[in-house]
Amino acid sequence: MTEPKIRIRGLSKAFGDKQVLDGIDLDVMPGTSTVVIGGSGSGKSVLLKCILGLIEPDSGSIEMDGQDILGLPRQARERVNAGIGMLFQAGALFDSLPVWENVAFGLLAQQKSTRADARRRAGEVLAQVGLDPSVGDLSPAELSGGMQKRVGLARAIAAQPGILFFDEPTTGLDPIMGAVIDGLIVDCVKRLGSTAIAITHDMASATRIGDHAAMLFRGRLVWQGAAAELLDSGNPMVDQFTHGRRDGPIQMELRR
Amino acid sequence: MMQALDAVAAVGRGTLGAVRHAGAIALFGATGLSHLVRPPFYGRIFLGVFLEFAFFSLPVVALTAVFSGAVIALQSYTGFSRFNAESAIAGVVVLSVVRELGPVLAGLMVAGRMGAAMAAEIGTMRVTDQIDALGTLSTNPMKYLVTPRLLAGVLALPLLVVVADILGVAGGFLVSTAKLGFSPSGYLANTLQILTTNDVVAGLAKAGVFGFLIALMGCYHGYNSRGGAQGVGAATTGAVVAASILILMFDYVLTELFFAR
Repeated sequence: MTEPKIRIRGLSKAFGDKQVLDGIDLDVMPGTSTVVIGGSGSGKSVLLKCILGLIEPDSGSIEMDGQDILGLPRQARERVNAGIGMLFQAGALFDSLPVWENVAFGLLAQQKSTRADARRRAGEVLAQVGLDPSVGDLSPAELSGGMQKRVGLARAIAAQPGILFFDEPTTGLDPIMGAVIDGLIVDCVKRLGSTAIAITHDMASATRIGDHAAMLFRGRLVWQGAAAELLDSGNPMVDQFTHGRRDGPIQMELRR
Repeated sequence: MMQALDAVAAVGRGTLGAVRHAGAIALFGATGLSHLVRPPFYGRIFLGVFLEFAFFSLPVVALTAVFSGAVIALQSYTGFSRFNAESAIAGVVVLSVVRELGPVLAGLMVAGRMGAAMAAEIGTMRVTDQIDALGTLSTNPMKYLVTPRLLAGVLALPLLVVVADILGVAGGFLVSTAKLGFSPSGYLANTLQILTTNDVVAGLAKAGVFGFLIALMGCYHGYNSRGGAQGVGAATTGAVVAASILILMFDYVLTELFFAR
């Protein structure tokens, strides 16, 4: 039987009195894409940051390829991160560097190539996400939101990582650009044969990107299944969320 | 009775908070420095910050130094002439500038300029996830952002202070010779006679410490900023205020160390 690429067990994290993650169990199989959906404040970003090592969970375990990655020394963690690509919600491009250096940053940081080779590779990757290599000379501030997402995606895939993470990849984009970014993500994941985890509350994006889906609500995974079943899951919480219904088991806390 | 206990508790909380804060800053600085001897070292980042620190701060520091030297000469003259001690003016100017005003005023001016810039840049990187992005790209943010800035601060401020010392003395020289009627050769002879190597070295050592403090406060406040634009603004203000206060505190400590008999 195939072992999961990422195995999460009993992951919990609280900030003060607020329990953000509460005993998360999740398996992500190699070469598949898993989409985690959930409302704002449901713990999606915290889950991703725990996996990336940016936040230390209170308890639980996270394994990648069978290796427990929590509590690794800094250098070992950097070696793990060398096999990971991440597309941040707002791009998180380094505005002090030109676009090509952003794209090639991981290659240069890991000393995998010279600056000349890294620049050439950045041009190739920019072309893969539908951008002209001449964009490489621009500053991130000169790019539109959609172009910044594409550059962020190019940076995530430049070192050909085995695992890709996407944090709200279509947030802030118009529906057409959102579909374009989703298409690029699917192409990149398939071409690299990577394992992917995306978090989103965009249902169209979730069904386009994901093979599998899971829903977070108040720090717990309340449903897991095939992404194709998202719109007809039979789970009242998922149905309410995916169809955007006001009434249902999920009650928004509004002050009146 | 309860009110008295509340007051004691508040003092205790404040003291513990201050100690915790000081410890966090010390640990942050020590971690930043420890990366100097652990490769890789980001030389391009260092050169960029060094240039910004040393070269682009020159006009501010130069103007401050010239006018400070001129004012000391003028003030000393108005005071010393009452006791027929005008001949001491050259010595007062050079010792004041080289031992104190050069490093302190250059430090305060650069704290406003570079401390704020570092805190704002790193703080913006923090609130826009750029620091998290560094971590996911196998790059240690302390090594990439903090270590080159600390080294640039330690090396750049002494160079600026050399310029400030020369221009400060020149400011005093100009006022003394052009306005107060001193002979140029006599003024220079007095200046060189009273100045010792120890004065210069102590001033430059102070500058190295102040440069470190400016970079440390800029990096620490930026790195720990939270909460969007308002957080970055608060980090910037905090960096400048903390650096300025620390410069004055350490100035006393270093003066005690170098010059107290």
